[in-house]
Order: sequence, then structure tokens, then C-alpha cells
Amino acid sequence: MTSPLLRVANLRTWFHVGARTAKAVDGVSFGIAEGRTLGLIGESGCGKSVTALSVMGLIDSPGRLEEGSSIEYAGRQLVGMPEREIRTIRGSEIGMIFQEPMSSLNPVYTVGAQIAEAFRAHRDVSRGEARTRAIEMLRLVGIANPEKRVDSFPHEMSGGMRQRVMIASALACEPKLLIADEPTTALDVTIQAQIIALIDELRERLNMAVLLITHDLGVVGQVADEVAVMYAGRIVETGSVDDLFENPQHPYTEALLASIPRIGMSRDRPLKVVGGTVPSPFAWPPACRFADRCEYAFDRCHREEPGLFQVGTQRSACWLCEGGTREASHRMVEPTVRTSP
Amino acid sequence: MSEPILSGHRLKKHFPVRGGFFGRAAGTLRAVDGVDLEVMPGETLGIVGESGCGKSTLGRVALGLLPPTSGEVRFEGRDINRMGRSARKTLRGDMQIVFQDPVGSLDPRMTVRQTVTEGLLIHDVSSRREREQRVVEMLGRVGLDSTCLDRYPHEFSGGQRQRIGIARALVLRPRFLVADEPVSALDVSVQSQVLNLLVELKNEMRLTYLFIAHNLAVVGYISDRVAVMYLGTVVEQAPSALLYERPLHPYTMALLSAVPQAHASGRRKPIVLQGDVPSPVDPPSGCRFRTRCPIAQQVCADVEPPLVEHAPGHLAACHFPGESMPNAAVRAIG
Repeated sequence: MTSPLLRVANLRTWFHVGARTAKAVDGVSFGIAEGRTLGLIGESGCGKSVTALSVMGLIDSPGRLEEGSSIEYAGRQLVGMPEREIRTIRGSEIGMIFQEPMSSLNPVYTVGAQIAEAFRAHRDVSRGEARTRAIEMLRLVGIANPEKRVDSFPHEMSGGMRQRVMIASALACEPKLLIADEPTTALDVTIQAQIIALIDELRERLNMAVLLITHDLGVVGQVADEVAVMYAGRIVETGSVDDLFENPQHPYTEALLASIPRIGMSRDRPLKVVGGTVPSPFAWPPACRFADRCEYAFDRCHREEPGLFQVGTQRSACWLCEGGTREASHRMVEPTVRTSP
Repeated sequence: MSEPILSGHRLKKHFPVRGGFFGRAAGTLRAVDGVDLEVMPGETLGIVGESGCGKSTLGRVALGLLPPTSGEVRFEGRDINRMGRSARKTLRGDMQIVFQDPVGSLDPRMTVRQTVTEGLLIHDVSSRREREQRVVEMLGRVGLDSTCLDRYPHEFSGGQRQRIGIARALVLRPRFLVADEPVSALDVSVQSQVLNLLVELKNEMRLTYLFIAHNLAVVGYISDRVAVMYLGTVVEQAPSALLYERPLHPYTMALLSAVPQAHASGRRKPIVLQGDVPSPVDPPSGCRFRTRCPIAQQVCADVEPPLVEHAPGHLAACHFPGESMPNAAVRAIG
């Protein structure tokens, strides 16, 4: 194993609101190697976006990275690095794309100017060179007529095209790490397929590491090599995509997978339901955070918090995995859709 | 064969597009452009398509919330756009809708009690006690207890708000319900709760659903039959199992292959369609899908393919139905 390009260890991003503290991210560790894609999945409020913002150094007061948090990028510690230094890395070596391509672009500048701006911020080039680069990038992300489109404004483009522009601008400096936060959530399925294929193709071509953050398990299944499942500010399970989806070890992962209708399923079989609600980040239980909603929970789960136990290629934060593989009652069944003649 | 509870014939809904200096009509947006609709009592008809395909407009036309530009909608045989005031009011009690946005569709200044009771008041459900009883009963049925009655929408989570919306729609005991993207704003674990609830309620109250969504897996799960829309027209319609097993229209094939699947056995290389959906103001000639279709030929540009029945109940509007697509992995999923 080569050492990972990005190594996050015991990341704790807390928000201090008045006398209270929301522990949005509360002890998260993961690594991504060059050329690999890590999918970070979880439902709203689990802390996945805050994790991304923390890596980018974009956490502002009242948020704070707590003592002991470590974000190591290419051997350099980003936590505590002066803002001026972070700026040379952010946008240049680490690119980021957001969910909302409309609000992430400035409506009063042409898309070309915005890509050029990102480029000129980090490279000592003339306006003309930056414009050429912008056209080149637009071509790279598959926009037809880039020489003309470079002078378009965001509102003249469709959602899919705007997301391509965002990607072009994030990749203008050829980052080594791309953080994509729900890059396809606002898009239609056929456009989503285009954008996912594009990110994956560029990853291969530029040998980038990709941190893909999404709530869509399908998207992760499509492109990620490894997956980390987040729940209540923590990673509850990690592993390779195939192993984790085929044989989920944490009851939360299992429930998530069983709750999505798949193509070919009929309503005769009710979908899995996770009862209860996520606990509040202001008061995580001092035990397993999923215990109250877990159908397998026993007394220890309500008393002690489990660490991540190694189970085959996976790691799962569940007491049932302490002694190795847990026999999950739910198995991904073969889809009922058959091959047509 | 029983009579359809709701039928629409050659439905069109066009919107004028204003533009220019004096707001002259600059064009026509053909949101729904010639759709036949038949929903049998007790069935769930799913409408699936991407944004702008006209599926929500169709839902509103079906309910009479928007008058069609041409064509007619019949509910139990009667033209809903040619009804007197009182007949129309009765109709409103029989046809209801659940909206996508659980935040925007509830009045923030009304308590749950007021929101759910409002319909009963309008429809003159007699005594206060009876109203109260029905509201509590309905809320209980969707999984909310009576402590919720005097709380406001902002105090609830997305899933709970959608339950309130469902209670509001069903308290009048309608027979026909349009569900317009009822679960797309919800997290997956909450989505499954609401889907299960909709299935249970349908069986208990013998409801008929028109279920509109962009998620093929969700639509296929809940529907008996599915209609696929593209740019204002239905391009394929079939019983759901058949549609997913043996899609005939290239657009359906592309849509199906584009749905990312979590489990390895369902994963395959998607057919990536090129380009964007054309504007419904100026749809392409002939087949509307031809500009993005990997197998389009000259005839597709010249002649609009009619919706033809290829197998019992399986309709497709394509000159080359079932033709295999350039990407070999398209239909072979196993």
C-alpha cells in the first residue's frame, strides 16, 4: 500500500453555539490514495458535508476543529496551517465542486471569466493565457463550442452544463484531490450519468484522488472504490464498495441498503423502515449512537460506544462485529429483472 | 372490463411564453402535448420522466387544477372541466393531491389541526366533534399522535410533514389521489416509511393513485403500470414488471441503465445520453427523442412515431422498438 494522499485522523468539528456545542463531526478518520475514489455516504445531518468543508479549511466560527484533529495532505498538516498557506493549496491542489451549480457560480460574470479567475489565482499567467486555459477546460468537460460558450453567463446554461463548468473550474489547476459534495443531486438521471462518467474519466486521466460525498448509494456503487458510511458524526462502517454493499456489517448500513426500492422490486414486499430519529448533535448518547433505532441492540449497545472492528476487508463500529463477521439477516438479493432475449 | 375512474383523451396543455418588449407571446411551451390517460379503479399508474417532461402539469390537468388547452378529462365518466360549481366541489373531495415539498405545501401559520380540518370545514362535515374525531383518526393512521394537533409545521421533520400532507389529502376520504414526487425530498430511510405508508393506505382505503416521480425504482416499486414521459408526450407505457424487464423505447432503456445501483449484481455501464433535453418551446420534428437517441435514423426526423401496442398493455412510440442499443450491456442486467 502506498501512503494515502489525504489522511484524516480523529477529525472533530464542533460548533459552539451559545453555551451549547453541536458535535457535527465527532472523531472521523479515513484516507484516500492517488487515483482512488472514496464515497462518503450518509443521510442529512450526519456530518458528511462538514467533513468536506473541514478538509478544505472552510470552517468558520462558531465552528472549530477541535484539539487532536488531523488532516494530512501529501505529508503536510492542514490543521492549524496559516490561511495564507492554505490558500495556495485550496483551489490549486485540492479542488471542490458543490451541489448547487447555480448558486456556486457568480451570475454577473461569464463562465470563462470564472474559470480563468480560478486559474489566475494560483498560476502566474496572463489574461489571454487564462482564457485559453478556460476554453481548454470547457472542452475537456465536454461542452460543445467552447470558444463560444466561454463568453456565456451561467443563466444561459442548463443545470448539467453549469455543473460541467463547476468541474472545469475546479480542475483548471489540475488538483491532485477533488472533493465533490453531492455533485449530481440537483440533476436528472440522464444528466447525472453524464457527470458521474465525466468525473470518473477525469479521475483516471489526471490520476486524481476523489472524495465523493453523497446520500445516493447508487452513485457511490457506480464509481467509488471504497465507501465510508457516516451516522451521527461518525463513520460506522468502511470497506470496499463490493464487499460493503454485498455484505453490510453495520446494522445501519444494512438498513439503508434495504430501505431503497430497487428496480424490479414490487410493493408486495414492504421496504425496510428504520424507526425513530437521529439523536441530536448537541447531545450524542454516550453509547452506540444507532442503538435506539437498531433492531439488534442489546444492553451493551446502550452502555458503551463500540470502536471500529475489523471484519474481513471491512471495518464496522458495532458490538456484534467484535468477534468478526456478523451474519446479516438482510442479503442483497439478486434483482428480479431478468436478461431479455 | 370495468370503466376507468379517470380518463384523458388527447390532453394538451400549452403555456404562452412571454418575451420581448411588450410581453407579446413569443412562443408556446408545450408542457403536455397529446397524452391519453386511463386509470382503472384501485390501480396505481406511475408517471416517470425527467424535469420539464410535463409530468407534474399532467397531474394538475388530471385533477382539474389546470384546464387543458385541448382534450378532456373525465372522472367516472364526467368531464371535470364542464361541471357546475357544486358538482366540482364534490369532486374536490373525491380527488386529492400530495405535493413534493413538505415545507412549502403546508401553511406555516396553521397548526396541524387547522391544516387537516380545513378540508372538512369546506366540505361541511357537520359537527365539530365529528371533525375532531376524523382528524385525530386520520393523523393516527399516518403515524402522528394527538399531541401533534396544536403544533406548527416547522416543529416537524420532513418525513412527519409529508405525513401531515397525506393526512390533509386523505381526511376527506377521496377515491383518487395524485402523488406528485411525494418522497423525493426525503432521506432514504424516511422515504421507505412514506412509501410503505402510501401502499398501506391505498389498500385500506381502496384508493387509486396517479404517482408522479423521477425515480424509476420508486415508481416501479409502487405502480401497477408505468408511463414514461419525454418532452410532453408518453413514449412508453406498460405494466411495471414488463417495462423494467423488456423496455422497448430507447429512452426508457437509457433511463433504466442510468439509474445507479448500489449492489454489484445490478451495476452495469450506463448508456450515457449525449446532450440535454431540448426545449419544450421548440421540440424537435418527428420523434422528440431523436436528437439524443443513439439509434435514430432519417425516418425519426420526418415522422412522429405513434404510440402503438406491441404486446398486451405494452405501448411504445418508436420506429425501432426494442432495437438493441450500441452499448451491449444495456438490457442484460443479470
